[in-house]
Amino acid sequence: MNIEVNQLIKKFKNKFAVKNINFKIKTNSTLALLGPNGCGKTTTIGMMLGLIKPTNGEVLIDKKNIDSSERINLLKKMNFASPYIELPKKLTVRQNLEIYARLYGIRDLESRINEITSDLDLKKVINSRTGELSSGQKNRVSLAKSLINKPQVLFLDEPTASLDPDIGDFVRNYIEDYKSKNKITLLLASHNMKEVERLCDKVVMMKEGEIVDEGSCSELVKKHGRENLEDTFLKIARSNNGLV
Amino acid sequence: MDWYKIYGLSLRHIYLVKGSFPRILDLIYWPTIQIFLWGFISKFFTLSSSYYNNTVGVILTAAILYDFLFRSSISYNMMFLEEIWSRNFTNLFIAPIKINEIIVALTLTAILRTLIGMIPAAFVAIPLFGVSVFTLGPPLIFLLISLYIFGVTLGLMVTSGLMRFGPSFENIAWASLFFLAPLGCIYYPIEILPMWLQTISKLLPLVYIFEEMRNILINNSVNYFEIIKAISISSLYFLVGVGTFYLSYHGAKKRGTLINIGE
Repeated sequence: MNIEVNQLIKKFKNKFAVKNINFKIKTNSTLALLGPNGCGKTTTIGMMLGLIKPTNGEVLIDKKNIDSSERINLLKKMNFASPYIELPKKLTVRQNLEIYARLYGIRDLESRINEITSDLDLKKVINSRTGELSSGQKNRVSLAKSLINKPQVLFLDEPTASLDPDIGDFVRNYIEDYKSKNKITLLLASHNMKEVERLCDKVVMMKEGEIVDEGSCSELVKKHGRENLEDTFLKIARSNNGLV
Repeated sequence: MDWYKIYGLSLRHIYLVKGSFPRILDLIYWPTIQIFLWGFISKFFTLSSSYYNNTVGVILTAAILYDFLFRSSISYNMMFLEEIWSRNFTNLFIAPIKINEIIVALTLTAILRTLIGMIPAAFVAIPLFGVSVFTLGPPLIFLLISLYIFGVTLGLMVTSGLMRFGPSFENIAWASLFFLAPLGCIYYPIEILPMWLQTISKLLPLVYIFEEMRNILINNSVNYFEIIKAISISSLYFLVGVGTFYLSYHGAKKRGTLINIGE
């Protein structure tokens, strides 16, 4: 599914959170939305999910506006995971996945839950309460929830934040593998630049609600004369006027 | 309306209650304590006042019905608050579930939570105080329906406030019913209120419900017109509650609170 973000603006009271941004994500490609804290990434993702109403502009997913009566139909093919939102801690992994499978209208519940828990190595903890899991396990449960409906559009906000290198690598491998097998449109917000270099085809850099630069990882690194994306990110984030 | 999704959302709360003995105990504990408290008060009145000689059980029945209303409303609020407390709110609102499906799921699940608390309490009153709410007969069902609709309406209003103002509105959730209790004429006839308050009271379904309850128990007659009036007023408020919920949802989308309400 193609995504088009057109002239998107969000103003909260008198403050602009997002200032007239435009970008496209083609089917089967991955875009990284990068920027320092408070740059408007979460607000942008919120508008792309139809959780926040834009002050102006539109988000089109396969030419359909997410902020319209089409939203429910679009959401069936989308999903989102973030370390800042959680699943009910008192419920077991199986219960949480069952509930979300039902909410996404999945009929073959058992086989889908078995498949996703097996893929993400969650079989051993499937009957454990989600709140009792380690952060690595919780992260994988959250990822399992976001993949329960086999989404064609997936938004991942810091998918490997606070994970140890081993689990982080497992999650990155899984996302890479899942993406190549299922040809999904992926939007990734991350502060891990190695992860971005590995997973993303294109990068959109935001600062103070604006897009300050965009391109492929190698293009940006070359353009800014740095050695890697992390240095490039730092250069852009620390530039005074924002626009590069 | 997709009942598969509605069941899924209800399951979230059923699993939560089913998997926690303290939660079940909490649901039963408060209504039962109310029964004990009002049971002893009404017993004292019955023994010490000639006025109450012919009205044995009126106060206790009123307490049971009021608690039914209270539990309906609180159950509704609690289920919504659980989503905020568990930081699951955003997950819920990005799932392909319609607002009316969320309302239906919460409304249907609230009755389960309410009955878990109220059924034991109603049965405890029979051997302990010789008072059975079931002596109201078939009209009891209609009185409960009216109370339930109004309880859910209050729940809708409070959850709308939670979406509009965030978790800080939580205190209002607990206090909402206490605002209306004095005007509901739960334990006393409407004539006790000053005239200007009587006018306001008559805008609430509670007056008709509790007046009719007293009418049935004291005069042994049923005025179905009053019951229909109570259900009609409750339903009208329910529609207003649904409208408020929708407005609040769209307001929350504008303010961006759906993505960070737990924070």
